Amino acid sequence: MARKYIAETDITAWLKELSGDNLIIAPVVETGTVVYRPYTSGSEVELVNRPVSSPKEAVFPQTELLFTYKQDKTPEDPGRTKVDMKEATPDRATVFFGPRPCGTRGITMFDKVYNCGKQQDTYYVTRRENTAFVTIACTRPDATCFCHSVNSGPADPDGSDVLLVPVQGGYVAEAITDKGTELLAYDLFSDAGKREQEANAVIDKAREMLGDPHDFTDAESSLYKLFDDMEFWDEQAAKCINCGACTYLCPTCHCFNITDQTAGLSGRRIRTWDNCMSYEFTLEGSGHNPRPTKAHRLKNRLGHKFAYYPENNEGLVACCGCGRCIERCPSGVDIRAIVLAAKERSDVQE
Amino acid sequence: MSLDQLKRLIKAVLPDLDMVIGWKQGHDGLTATPLFIRSEDDVEKLQIGPLAVHNLATFLPGLKDKKVGVVVKGCDSRAAVQLLQEKLIDRANVTIFGFGCDGVVSHAKLRKQFDAMGRADSMVRDGDTVTIEHDDESTALPFNEICPDKCLTCEFPNAVVHDHFAGERIERTPVASENPALAEFEKLPISERLDFWQNQMGRCIRCHACRNACPMCVCRDHCLATSRDPNWIGQETSPRENLMFQMTHTMHLAGRCVECGECERACPMDIPVFLLRKKMADEVKELFDYNAGVNPDAKPPLMTFETDERNIKE
Repeated sequence: MARKYIAETDITAWLKELSGDNLIIAPVVETGTVVYRPYTSGSEVELVNRPVSSPKEAVFPQTELLFTYKQDKTPEDPGRTKVDMKEATPDRATVFFGPRPCGTRGITMFDKVYNCGKQQDTYYVTRRENTAFVTIACTRPDATCFCHSVNSGPADPDGSDVLLVPVQGGYVAEAITDKGTELLAYDLFSDAGKREQEANAVIDKAREMLGDPHDFTDAESSLYKLFDDMEFWDEQAAKCINCGACTYLCPTCHCFNITDQTAGLSGRRIRTWDNCMSYEFTLEGSGHNPRPTKAHRLKNRLGHKFAYYPENNEGLVACCGCGRCIERCPSGVDIRAIVLAAKERSDVQE
Repeated sequence: MSLDQLKRLIKAVLPDLDMVIGWKQGHDGLTATPLFIRSEDDVEKLQIGPLAVHNLATFLPGLKDKKVGVVVKGCDSRAAVQLLQEKLIDRANVTIFGFGCDGVVSHAKLRKQFDAMGRADSMVRDGDTVTIEHDDESTALPFNEICPDKCLTCEFPNAVVHDHFAGERIERTPVASENPALAEFEKLPISERLDFWQNQMGRCIRCHACRNACPMCVCRDHCLATSRDPNWIGQETSPRENLMFQMTHTMHLAGRCVECGECERACPMDIPVFLLRKKMADEVKELFDYNAGVNPDAKPPLMTFETDERNIKE
């Protein structure tokens, strides 16, 4: 379908139109840091600098209320407890505005876990179906960016409903899905015309800025070969401080925990993000922990992204190359360097 | 030059040690990363300077049974002292390499002043100015505006404890008499302070980088933040629960916090959590006239008591 154009000065008007029927979540600057927040008219959206947090919160919030419960006992029959449960349904129509293609593509990796043939996670699927992604193509990749090394790129439309490409004075807009076509059905848009070429040039330049991709071919088999090579993992994990910044900022990390937060006779069952870098993640009831050290846990994080998930999903690497884990790691752990080191080490062993 | 001397000192004792922890070039021109030196070749990668931000003493309790060398700035060395005082590390197993530190950068402050963070090739410090090469141009910034507040008030630029010292001792007087961010915070009326924290803690993602980067946070895998029994802190991500953890961490640092600022540096969401620890350290200083991690022979105030505390009027 033909691409359209919207002037930068009309973005606010567009958001106003969209907020009639939708909850809008958009990037804002909060005390100097870019994060996603519900958009209210008058707030200023930040569309140049990428948010630190990832867009996964659109479909996988850090705290998801599953249901509330209340226990009732009656004096007539004290042996019986009646439990009232009220399920939460996160069905608000939402437009998630302003992520980069890397983060949006991360969502598609959730689909294969929470919305596949065998298993459907109601909460995830409901949010996913009710959320549209308006993604902005990346124009200035950082040193930590490597989307092009994981079969993606600065204008990858995967997972997006609308893709915006920044051009002089505005954005060239392309509807990727039917949902996206509806989002562009406003008078604020005109035909992109010659701006299409400008948009293509912007994307080409961003691709060029990324430089040569890393060669992650055969990472899957290398990581399997090194599964028992704890000397390698101890060395790679030495500087890791075992916090969860990488997993919680990661657009593809999707593990969770479930907790009943009870107060008196009533409470809430919530689902919250969990992370494989924490000791408790695999701690068993017996006290045994199959991943007792940070080296075991870092091995799992790498293995999940570059070996186990690809094995189950036709080679798809569960890393979108956004580089948040590298950029914000307090110790400068670099996932790219570890994958490359694993390849080198397993080559030597052969 | 102190780096060359440092390399020589490390090479001389490396055969007797399992490893020496220092810094090396990170993934771009504005980052360094911890370096675990195990061979002479590794020594050549060593770097010190304004990008050596990490407090490497944080790794020591986890390597208690190994013979470990550690390179420390003044503030980092205070962590080593405190760990020794609390018998969390064994003096015989640790070899401390000190040098005079002239301040490090704050990436959080840098991000606010410099918008090409991810595209920097190199950074050079020359006196009061840092010059960053990026995108085929260079940007000069005043050092005092991009260093953490701890460097502005630093009284301990030289390692306070060391087995080896590289280069000349640095003589510098604090640029500021009080922590500027804390002074700014304390201008807020009491009624607005909770709002300040509610707002900041709304960004917290509970990754616990503040905890894990803290050299004094030694409960490690048995932390109340993640414990279900006892269940002190709820799993729900809310400003209230998030602040609860910060306050607990702060209370546990009374008389122990060496003001290295790692908690705030590590925070991926740029939350100024050091404010709370700094305030606690100031209170301890006022009540007990005590700086944590300065004198290995001193008794930390909360590890002892006096029947009549001088500054506590009951």
